[in-house]
Amino acid sequence: MTTRITRRQLVQRGAAGVTMLSLPGLLAACGGGGGGGDGGEVADVLRFSNWPLYIDFDETTKKRPTLDEFTKQTGIEVRYYEDINDNASYFGKIQGPLSQGRGIDRDIVVLTDSTRFPALMISKGWAEELDKDKIPNIANLVDAQASPPFDPDRKYSLPWQSGMTGVAWNEEVTGPVTSIQQLLEDPKLKGKVTLLTELADTVGLVMLSNGDDPAQVSDESFDRALATVQKAVDSGQVRRFTGNDYAQPLTKGDIAAAIAWSGDVVQLLPANPKLKWAIPEKGAMIWTDNMLIPTDGSVPTASTYMNFVYDPKIAAQIAAYVNFTSPVTGAREEMVKIDPEIADNTLIFPTDEMLSDLHQFDSEALQNEDYIQKWQTILGA
Amino acid sequence: MSFLHRHKGLTPYLLLLPGIAWLAVFFLVPLGFLGYQSLESGSFESGYTFTWSFSNYWDAITTYDEQLLRSFLYAGIATILALAVSYPLVYWIAFRGGRWKNLFLILIVAPLFVTYLVRTLAWLNILADEGPVVSAFQAIGLVAEDGRLLATGIAVVAGITYNFLPFMALPLYVSLEQIDARLLEAAEDLYASKRQAFLRVTLPLSAPGIVAGTLLTFIPAAGDFINAQLLGTPRQSMVGNVIQSKFLELIDYPAAAALSFILMALILAALLVYARIVGTERLTG
Repeated sequence: MTTRITRRQLVQRGAAGVTMLSLPGLLAACGGGGGGGDGGEVADVLRFSNWPLYIDFDETTKKRPTLDEFTKQTGIEVRYYEDINDNASYFGKIQGPLSQGRGIDRDIVVLTDSTRFPALMISKGWAEELDKDKIPNIANLVDAQASPPFDPDRKYSLPWQSGMTGVAWNEEVTGPVTSIQQLLEDPKLKGKVTLLTELADTVGLVMLSNGDDPAQVSDESFDRALATVQKAVDSGQVRRFTGNDYAQPLTKGDIAAAIAWSGDVVQLLPANPKLKWAIPEKGAMIWTDNMLIPTDGSVPTASTYMNFVYDPKIAAQIAAYVNFTSPVTGAREEMVKIDPEIADNTLIFPTDEMLSDLHQFDSEALQNEDYIQKWQTILGA
Repeated sequence: MSFLHRHKGLTPYLLLLPGIAWLAVFFLVPLGFLGYQSLESGSFESGYTFTWSFSNYWDAITTYDEQLLRSFLYAGIATILALAVSYPLVYWIAFRGGRWKNLFLILIVAPLFVTYLVRTLAWLNILADEGPVVSAFQAIGLVAEDGRLLATGIAVVAGITYNFLPFMALPLYVSLEQIDARLLEAAEDLYASKRQAFLRVTLPLSAPGIVAGTLLTFIPAAGDFINAQLLGTPRQSMVGNVIQSKFLELIDYPAAAALSFILMALILAALLVYARIVGTERLTG
């Protein structure tokens, strides 16, 4: 449990594996396979792409209990692929066949709403509509997740797990880091700070710190946030921008404080009690990984599975393992039965007070290529 | 059989066919596609259309001149360092290694058995602020007391040098290993000093290895982005980082394709200059 790495730690590995010039027109997806989006029949097999270490896994039996339970209940076998390491890389891989109207041999893929990709899947017409008749448990979706800007009626997507982006620090190196302003300006932290490469995470937090609303991005507020970040980069305060490779230097003390994901810290904590994570003074960001059915995926099969994971019992079982926030109401009550300690962990089940401090990034701004370009320029590209 | 008998001249071409077909399908066609893409305009949202948009090239060069220059600088330094480190090393293995030669060679190649990425991540530990290297350098004054190596250009160049070292060392070893020891004896018989024998016999004979090694090191190093990403900061970003960002984050395929072509052209130009200086016969070794 303590040595387990989180899904985002594999981001860099994913980036390395991506062939830079994977030519969409030439790379044909492997044909065949089960499923197929033709008609309303439930298929024998569910093909599910997810992030690594993002579902319950029994170390002794080497099995995934909830997936086995699903097969037992429905007779549908699950082919589970842990092949999403990074939203951008994965999207780069699948957009070739999808842009030609072909399937990708998957019935469910999981993409993060703090990136432009779930919205792109929908606007490009590459996501199939859910069959809500097969998902009565959708009633268990938490209210906060019912109407995200990129899919207001949840026609195409359902949350898998959520996580918070806030500030983490190493207590052995520094006192509490309570605000983004302190993170970016405190001379004691100079050269010992990392920020995240993900636009919504870092810019969102900085906008909150500047007193702007990240859910309503304007050119002015965006530029203001970038200027704040640029200043901190130029002054040498910020050492680097990271994926979740901040985890190791932070635990070792090379980095004193970082913009960090809550789930990562939960997983690092048992081995490193000196790590702290908090919602900064002006609030934190929340992001959600969403299940989507790509073109040609089997809608009934995928919908049947989504219904299954929205059963609070199953949701609690998954949350107990992955340490992120479950979008299913009732999961906490079920968790009390499984592991009361986890049920009390506010990083996994945030209090209402915490929830009111959480903000989502403007999904339209995520699609703004001008913004993306400006952000990439700060990242050095 | 009768056909090949009558047209004996065709045999070499028939033998070449699989290779040519392979190159055509997996290199030339994609390259053509990439060239086509680099002249498109538009956005991913609205779709890209082919418009002979040569401005993609100009934009790329003017916007990313800094990263292009840095790529060549870092790759150049890393290549020279790799040569400086591996020449004495493989020289010793080739001439003094004796029956341990193969073991030493395996030791040089062994890091390649580990994933590129993991090797690079290992440097995060090696160069860590509280790590042995930084402490040792601080003790002898090479690094300031509050200084660091990680997230600097030094770390990036060190990472590149380390990662591509075997590609320098192996060709060098092959050319040094092949040198006939009797030639060196002959040189001494002709009153050459050790130094002269090295400069006039060993070094020229190992030139094909040096050329092959520098090419194998420099070309991939110039396009590398992992070292800059993991060991550097935005100020160390190389053209590979820009292409990655254009391709994956911005989904700006035309710009990514144009930059790839520019990188290719610049590397080719550098090779031509290099070939001029060292002579083409050595390029083919």
